[in-house]
Amino acid sequence: MKRNDIYFSIGAALFLAGALLMTQVIGNQYPFFACYVILQFIVLAVAWSILGGYAGYVNFGTSAFFGMGVYTAVFLFKAFGAPLAVQIAAAAAVGALMGFALGFLTLRMQGIYFSIATIALTIIIETTITNWRFVGGASGIQMQRPPVTAPFDSYVQMLFFVQALLVVLAVGIARYIQNSWIGRGLQALKDDELAAECTGVPTLRLKLLACVVSGALMCAAGAPAAMYLQYADPASAFNLNYSVSALAMSLIGGTAHWAGPIIGAILLGSTQQLLTVTISSEVNVLVLGVMLVLFVVAAPEGIIGLIRRVRGNRSEGKT
Amino acid sequence: MMALATESPLLRISALTKRFGGFTALDNVSVDIRPGERFGLIGPNGSGKTTLINCISGAFRTEAGTVVFRDEDITRLQPHMRTRRGIARSFQIPRPFRSMTVAENLMVALDFAAATDEIASAAQRRDTMMSILTRMGLASKADVSATKLSQVELRKMELARAMATHPKLLISDEAMAGLSSSEVDEVLDLLMSLAGQNITIIMIEHIMQAVMRFSDRVMCLDAGKIIAIGTPNEVMANQRVQEAYLGT
Repeated sequence: MKRNDIYFSIGAALFLAGALLMTQVIGNQYPFFACYVILQFIVLAVAWSILGGYAGYVNFGTSAFFGMGVYTAVFLFKAFGAPLAVQIAAAAAVGALMGFALGFLTLRMQGIYFSIATIALTIIIETTITNWRFVGGASGIQMQRPPVTAPFDSYVQMLFFVQALLVVLAVGIARYIQNSWIGRGLQALKDDELAAECTGVPTLRLKLLACVVSGALMCAAGAPAAMYLQYADPASAFNLNYSVSALAMSLIGGTAHWAGPIIGAILLGSTQQLLTVTISSEVNVLVLGVMLVLFVVAAPEGIIGLIRRVRGNRSEGKT
Repeated sequence: MMALATESPLLRISALTKRFGGFTALDNVSVDIRPGERFGLIGPNGSGKTTLINCISGAFRTEAGTVVFRDEDITRLQPHMRTRRGIARSFQIPRPFRSMTVAENLMVALDFAAATDEIASAAQRRDTMMSILTRMGLASKADVSATKLSQVELRKMELARAMATHPKLLISDEAMAGLSSSEVDEVLDLLMSLAGQNITIIMIEHIMQAVMRFSDRVMCLDAGKIIAIGTPNEVMANQRVQEAYLGT
């Protein structure tokens, strides 16, 4: 266990060092634009799987949390000129509160009812923001990036690195939850809520915790997006695409292990980026759908499940 | 004072009523379970046995009446709080955690229910877990997935998981249903040995020989009401019990 922690820390440090090195070496801005989106989806997918994967509560409200993160940043920047770090921290706090409220109101519902409630949340929040003039209303709002801080040459490079930090944070949290008693409790309640309760698992409290952590990370992931696009409008900030992507990436990667959503997000995220550049941005939505269907049919446990099955078959073959 | 403490019942159910819409599943049920007792609960299908268990373990909210456990009113407590206070149960239809191994199933109980009693290291908990599995005859199945168990193994695992919560009261809901006669004896012996370790047991069972052999006291429910309570022989001899089982 301890040794794994060390390997994980080394891996995270190498990842961050690599990201930082990239910003110093590569002059072309495009790789940062593209990789930022992939990193953002890693955070969303990992955060989604904390509630959707570990606890089995399918959340369609990723876009509500993401959009709320965007608009927390927009509001703080417009009202107080708050720096990026404050925007992200505040977004995380807002996300946690929102997760708590959503969870408190809806986690007593099970299965599909919870999912429907999360869609309703997205619509409610989007409508509210659309009617709020201060943050631009339906027509959106332009954002002027402040000057970039050293050692970065451009703001996009800095956002790329910030998102890389969020990835490490999200993955670290997801990994901790999976390996701790929290993960075991969530797994138990995913299997059977009543049996879990009768075995001493405080199911409602654990679900709330998962919802809060997941919401905070999703909101935090959305906060830098306003500065990334230099523009925010409700239709794109609350786009259902975020919900579908986070869900699809987690499921395709596999939710049984924290690495699953990362694999899924990298695979789907880079495919999408590639398709957007080479064919069109519409085709990538189609590809997402086709891949999700293929995986649900052929590998319902995702890539992680496939790997485990292959390994299992091998070890059975040996004995 | 001491004399009073030892005399007070472990579980006191007073005037418990549970309705499902217009149907009264439990009607004004009152009973005391004494510490260390082996208590048999019988009754025809639909008489309210499992409903009573669900009210004791907290799966159902009750309309009226109270449940007092070790001098504490637990009527409004959530199931996990009751488990932590020492009420454990098995399910009529086994409900294992399917994505886990047998060992992991027990670790859930040790992580969440027993933690309040003793702050033990991971190694200590693993020892506790293995000793429970050994006692239940499941040691060789520790690392087997719960979905791969046979029916009797599933029953034993449910009891093992309940035991891992360190219960003072164990409720076994038809742990022997659908088992062969030798398996029934196996599970009965297990329950007997648990009762010998100062654990109070409520056993719901349809297999009469098992109930007769096991119980100090038997209670018979019919249509949500207690129709007889007493020693196994008294209850079996009771005319209303015979009517309830055989029809008039």
